[in-house]
Amino acid sequence: MRKNKVRYSEIISKTREWPIYQLSKNRDEFIREVTDESFENFLEVRKGRSLREELETTVYREKLRMKANPWRVDPADEKDFWSGIQHRLVESEGLADSATNEQQILRDIIIRYSSEIAGNFRKSYYKFAKTFVTFGFARLLNAARVKGFLSLFSRQLDLDDKIRIEGEPEHIRQLAQKGTVVMVPTHFSNLDSILIGWVIQFLGLPAFIYGAGLNLFNIKILAYFMNSLGAYKVDRRKKNPVYLETLRAYSTLAIKRGCHSLFFPGGTRSRSGHIEKALKLGLLGTSIEAQRMLYQQDNGEDQKIFIVPTVINYQFTLEAPALIREHLKRTGQERYYEENDEFSTSYKIASFLFKFFTKGSNISVSLGRGMDILGNYVDDEGNSFDKNGNPIYPKDYFVSDGQVTVDKQREQTYVRILAKRIVEEFHIYNKVFASHLVAYTSFKMLERKNPKLDLYHVLRLSEEDLELDYQEFKKCFKKLRKQILKLEKKGKIGITDHLKNKADEAIKEGLKNVGMYHARRPVIHRKEKIIVQDPNTLYYYHNRLDGYGLEKHI
Amino acid sequence: MDSKSTSKHIGVIGAGSFGSAVANILAEKSDKVLLHARTAEKAALLNETRESSGHPLRPNIEVIHDIGRIGASCDVIFPVVPSASFREMMRTLSPFLRPYHILIHGTKGFDLSRKSTSSEDPVSREDVHTMSEVIQQESSVVRVGCLAGPNLASEISQGKPAATVVASQFDEVVQIGQKLLKNDRFLIYGSSDLIGIELCGILKNIIALGAGSVMGLGLGENAKALFISRGLVEMVHIGKAMGGNAQAFLGLAGVGDLMATCSSNLSRNFTVGRKLAEGKTIEMILEEMEEVAEGVKTIDIIRDLSNSFGIRCPITETLYRVIHRQITVEEAHTYLMKFPFRAEIDFLD
Repeated sequence: MRKNKVRYSEIISKTREWPIYQLSKNRDEFIREVTDESFENFLEVRKGRSLREELETTVYREKLRMKANPWRVDPADEKDFWSGIQHRLVESEGLADSATNEQQILRDIIIRYSSEIAGNFRKSYYKFAKTFVTFGFARLLNAARVKGFLSLFSRQLDLDDKIRIEGEPEHIRQLAQKGTVVMVPTHFSNLDSILIGWVIQFLGLPAFIYGAGLNLFNIKILAYFMNSLGAYKVDRRKKNPVYLETLRAYSTLAIKRGCHSLFFPGGTRSRSGHIEKALKLGLLGTSIEAQRMLYQQDNGEDQKIFIVPTVINYQFTLEAPALIREHLKRTGQERYYEENDEFSTSYKIASFLFKFFTKGSNISVSLGRGMDILGNYVDDEGNSFDKNGNPIYPKDYFVSDGQVTVDKQREQTYVRILAKRIVEEFHIYNKVFASHLVAYTSFKMLERKNPKLDLYHVLRLSEEDLELDYQEFKKCFKKLRKQILKLEKKGKIGITDHLKNKADEAIKEGLKNVGMYHARRPVIHRKEKIIVQDPNTLYYYHNRLDGYGLEKHI
Repeated sequence: MDSKSTSKHIGVIGAGSFGSAVANILAEKSDKVLLHARTAEKAALLNETRESSGHPLRPNIEVIHDIGRIGASCDVIFPVVPSASFREMMRTLSPFLRPYHILIHGTKGFDLSRKSTSSEDPVSREDVHTMSEVIQQESSVVRVGCLAGPNLASEISQGKPAATVVASQFDEVVQIGQKLLKNDRFLIYGSSDLIGIELCGILKNIIALGAGSVMGLGLGENAKALFISRGLVEMVHIGKAMGGNAQAFLGLAGVGDLMATCSSNLSRNFTVGRKLAEGKTIEMILEEMEEVAEGVKTIDIIRDLSNSFGIRCPITETLYRVIHRQITVEEAHTYLMKFPFRAEIDFLD
């Protein structure tokens, strides 16, 4: 069996030739570059507000943050620094050269921010972390599957037995050699970061840079891994424009320098279980900006940036009950209230991992086709094509009167176009597991049976109303499956093989997996009934198939 | 590898009455305007007579039939062809277009990709496209805008004062439209609500047709004002369901255009309504007309769409029945006087 497995060689075997390594080697110089860039940008985008006003607001907000929400990871000299800035601002007021002073203050703030954000990739750390994750997971896997102590040293099962990489891995490897890859995955679970990290190294790609919440650096062991994997720090507490501009400049310039980059465009994990619809445009915009900057450079050859939408599919998500509760609370407000909370932590995580490795529940990672910065598909060589298959030159998107021009408003509109395309691709590369369809069918049937109730009332149906006739359920399941197969034929969604099995088998497989981790199975089959045990969690899993217009067919 | 364009020509596609008017305005500011006519014969004729739809053409307008030349030598192009042939025109033009091109269209109608097959399966939003959507579907052009407003072509050509709205999601497109078209008799407003402004231009045609029928029946100015007010509410409801904002309908491209078209014999849609009231059939009327009245087609589409959105559009529905000879114009207006309309201005929230 092992012989048939695909193994990918590293596309750049010498780590010291990786762009991320180059970046960390010239860290100081890079920080200077980021500082200059954000300084210029900031002065440009102020929109009429005076610099003094901006600086005063920044100081005010930072002082407020330090008081209201201090973290262990915050530097010791923080108070002194901001008091110093405030002092300098007061002193310079009214002086003849106050404008120059203010600009110097701005620069000092940006230097501080960019040094804080900058990642600290280390070759040796990376190697260690990589081995640790692969080795550790594989050991766990073998211990769980192949019984006995000696199994810890068995090589019978690898991580790639559990994780199916689908879509276009070879194409992505090609693109990573032709230009810079920006990977944008869907985000459902905390497991995603580790998973994607593993996929990247499994595919033989150099390490990617990615933004990680500064709070994660609070924990020493995590900080070690984050740093070694090329993470840069994102502090969500700092929402002031100077900080955001610095963060943007960091991402833009790193992409411009050829560092492959990864970010979850949905921002945080999907609370509702829906595929992300509203993407965060800030970081997405940095790839468009970086591409324009590359076209502005007059060095003959154009370096291209490729966007790779990626969809991660689990049969179940560890955090589902907590996430959906949060979502319902936010959307339902007073119409939603909790009954009880039996959610605990460490034991459940341990049992999750054990179930994950022991039960036949797979994870699939679908790598979408590469696109240019406006969402046109590219071929293996990185050439763009429009919807009709005609070649297209992305540089033309930035051209006015024959020149590449800078137009921020234009680029903002492009970001929205790109975001829309990514969401479309997410839907195309989404893979339907039988468990998704079982959840969708049963939840929609509940809704249909109670047409007068709104969502929150459906979630609170009494036990006897939560039963569905199995034969009726099977009929609906088959009807919906037919629609999904139609969509698949049109290339609008992906499906797993087991979905094509006989209806009874597919349903059985689905029921076995839907929410298999959770203390209470969302839905079960008993005698001639399908019984919904936990409507909230069922709702979460059902959301995965929202947005395909399937509801018309039930 | 990349293609570049440094030409300063401006292109207009469609040598009908509005297309020629637009070309004339552009010719005041630009060195050269290329006006594309549908056939080689028409191009030759216009070049010879230097007159189009009764308007004299300025000397720096060259009428051509080679659409490839428009793509190759113009960065900014104004397509002004009837909605029924718009997609076909775009397909011919598309191979010559690049993402640096800017297209500002002046067509007030829908493109329909599928005719309704039954009341079970009515035409839905995915089957109906505005011209800016057609441009983006058929070409690689993203910088798209539209012209909308009270644009009675003959008045513009006579140099009477007028104004228009250039709408686009791109500030750049709005600015270029303003720069190229603005003169001391022609004001240009900008808007970023492209879809809303397009819908204003399209939906007002339905109301204009109805207003024409009110006048044809001799029901008087009070009745017409009543009809137009109700019509505006209906426009807003449909417009919002299709993705526009209510605000667009209250500006020049909405109320402004509605007033102009509903009170003028120069408006084709108004004329159709008037003639319907005079007892002519729709076939006879369309036969007599030189150019297309978009309103007739729009009524069919909106009737279907309102079914799939589940919104009530009494005016559109009634006009549909008149056109398809299910009721007479008189019956239609008697019905509308009885129809219970709710508060007229609840669309503002």
